[in-house]
Amino acid sequence: MSEMAPRNFYEFFQMPEIFRLDLSVLDSHYLELQARVHPDKAAHLSDVEKRLSLQWATFANEAYHTLKRPLDRARYLLRINGVDTREEDNTAMPAEFLLEQIEWREEMQDAVAGRSEAALDRLGFRLKKEMDHLIESLGAMLDVEQSHPEAAVLVRQLAFLEKLKRDLDQAHALLED
Amino acid sequence: MLLQISEPGASVKPQLRLAVGIDLGTTNSLVATVRDERPVVFGDPQGRTLLPSVVRYLDGGAAEVGYEAKARQSEDPENTFVSVKRYMGRGLNDIAEHHGAPYRFVEGEGMVQFDTRAGRISPVQVSAEILKVLRDRAVAEMGGELAGAVITVPAYFDEAQRQATKDAAKLAGLEVFRLLNEPTAAAVAYGLDNAAEGVYAVYDLGGGTFDISVLKLTRGVFEVLATNGDPALGGDDFDRAVYDWLLAQSGRSGLSSSDVRLLMAASRVAKEQLSDQAETAIDTELSDGSTIALTLSRDTFAELAAGLVKKTLAPVKKALRDAGLAIDEIKGVVLVGGATRMPCIREAVAEFFQQAPLTDLDPDKVVALGAAMQANLLAGNRAGGDWLLLDVIPLSLGIETLGGLCEKIVPRNTTIPVARAQEFTTWKDGQTAMSIHVVQGERELVSECRSLARFELRGIPPMAAGAARIRVTYQVDADGLLNVTAAEQTSGVEARIEVKPSYGLSDGEVARMIEDSYLHARDDLEARRLQEQKVEASRLIEATESALTEDGGLLSESELEVLVSGLQVLKGATEGTDWQAIKNASDALNDASTEFAGRRMDYSIKAALTGQKLDSLGV
Repeated sequence: MSEMAPRNFYEFFQMPEIFRLDLSVLDSHYLELQARVHPDKAAHLSDVEKRLSLQWATFANEAYHTLKRPLDRARYLLRINGVDTREEDNTAMPAEFLLEQIEWREEMQDAVAGRSEAALDRLGFRLKKEMDHLIESLGAMLDVEQSHPEAAVLVRQLAFLEKLKRDLDQAHALLED
Repeated sequence: MLLQISEPGASVKPQLRLAVGIDLGTTNSLVATVRDERPVVFGDPQGRTLLPSVVRYLDGGAAEVGYEAKARQSEDPENTFVSVKRYMGRGLNDIAEHHGAPYRFVEGEGMVQFDTRAGRISPVQVSAEILKVLRDRAVAEMGGELAGAVITVPAYFDEAQRQATKDAAKLAGLEVFRLLNEPTAAAVAYGLDNAAEGVYAVYDLGGGTFDISVLKLTRGVFEVLATNGDPALGGDDFDRAVYDWLLAQSGRSGLSSSDVRLLMAASRVAKEQLSDQAETAIDTELSDGSTIALTLSRDTFAELAAGLVKKTLAPVKKALRDAGLAIDEIKGVVLVGGATRMPCIREAVAEFFQQAPLTDLDPDKVVALGAAMQANLLAGNRAGGDWLLLDVIPLSLGIETLGGLCEKIVPRNTTIPVARAQEFTTWKDGQTAMSIHVVQGERELVSECRSLARFELRGIPPMAAGAARIRVTYQVDADGLLNVTAAEQTSGVEARIEVKPSYGLSDGEVARMIEDSYLHARDDLEARRLQEQKVEASRLIEATESALTEDGGLLSESELEVLVSGLQVLKGATEGTDWQAIKNASDALNDASTEFAGRRMDYSIKAALTGQKLDSLGV
């Protein structure tokens, strides 16, 4: 791309390498950058400039959306600190957490079977609270205690919950169709 | 010479580039431009701004487009194409449900084609005929060559449909600045006109397509949060509901193609009249002299339409969920598309969103107006203001994995442009090739998604199973178009392939079609190539000069000299009539300025975050 490309996402947006980011600053830096590099700004320019724009705007989107979402941000922060979250092969979870997962999935199935959108909504609300709580803990672990291996465990748990949230959305869609 | 071009503002005249926005609709099409900072729609000599999207092929291959063709549709149904947008990028098996269409369908390569008296014609060619009329209309009004056009497409159009639209524009001789999603175009027109801020929904029910987009409007930024829709649901279907009712009530069946057209047209008129009156009389004489005479009330129509109205609300709910928003977080609902004039639609939208929709803009024109504003911006005409538009892809892009499953690589509603990569490996010892199947859609099974392209990566060095690392990269550009590359990583031997989706026309095919259309006029083709190269060259000259004026300081003297001499060569070439020479000089200048462009971009990125606020964006 250019000599600037390999820099990390935080550096790209000139933000501190922390989990508890000021998202409004991230938003405004992202928009300032896109206002300059977006392909729409190069539509009347040369092919070289069009290609560069496409590459930079793509990079800016990748960087922004990674830092914007808590799960992706935590994963990324761990990665640049040399910690692989190993979500594909490390499925060891506290038994309590796994039991909770099973309960949640059963409740979801019951709600779908009973065609109860209200039950799905209640489940969604509880899930959101649980996720907020995990994200809060992640912040403490990453920014205060800087305890990366423990943070990796929380990232794996959050990934479970995000998957559950996606399935919950699908269950909603199923009831609507 | 060096001094002249380095002197700020000396050589760069802010020349207005002629740019248009085109709404290529299922039922009607429009062309608009920005004049004196206001968007205006061009009319025909009779002052009619809508061009019916109807094309009739005549003996000898000529095409009649618009009102004339529409007037003849029931006389000559097999050669007169209405709602051709429904067939763009679609195979024969996709359109089985379109009972009653009078065309002689032929299976084309990936896309359906029609047998006509002018030979075999693809939907891309039919669309190109419509675009040519609009282009000529604009050129006649503006008195100059177009720098480029923004063409709108339904937000829910998939890859095949987008590619087909872009091919049609190419065939019509248009430089496409951008394919723009229709609801986004409407949001630009509405948002800029009303200085709107907040989250808005755009409910766009056109002649043959339905889109819902949810956008966040902050000063100078239009960010699409989610989009959804139904690419085969529109005003046409409401006509069809009336038509089916007419048949059922009159006990008729097995009508001829012309009678079907007659009755469909009558159904359409009845539907439109019911937007203003409580009931309407339908009285149609068929070809055998018999008549169908019935009265349809608005209430009965609402009952006929209820299922269709409900069908639009499912995508609305999905879009809201993807955007993570509740109904009460939507500040306003903009209605777009002629079909939203139906009271039953307005009532359903008002009830769903718990607020009266915004109807203070012309639902037929707003998309073309927004497209014109975007075209003006993309042409680099600063006078009309500046804004940033961030759009998304409507459908997930995936790849086939073992067991016929679809693994999503780019999920729907991802902001574009975007690139995502995934690594795969070989499953047999010594495997030297891997086949890659690119699909689009939300379902788990590949068989239920749309197949976009299949290609094979060859030349993988023989290794043990699982040792190769094949990286497949999906790049979606700002038009929402996909490019896939695959490369083997470990060996250093890089095998790489670029695919253009199989349903689309290859660049060669588009070129051949263009040549065919000039078959009897060789000179015209040469003239067109020369014209195209000159337009391209003047764009490049202007861009390079402006870049040198702004950032010439980033170059060493010798680097500057190379570019200046490249400019001179190109300028010299454009004086002549050899299009190949102009092309060669353009390519050379493009190559020579690669490094400079990269430096300029880096400089601009650094400047972006070091206090140099972009006043026009107010971010």
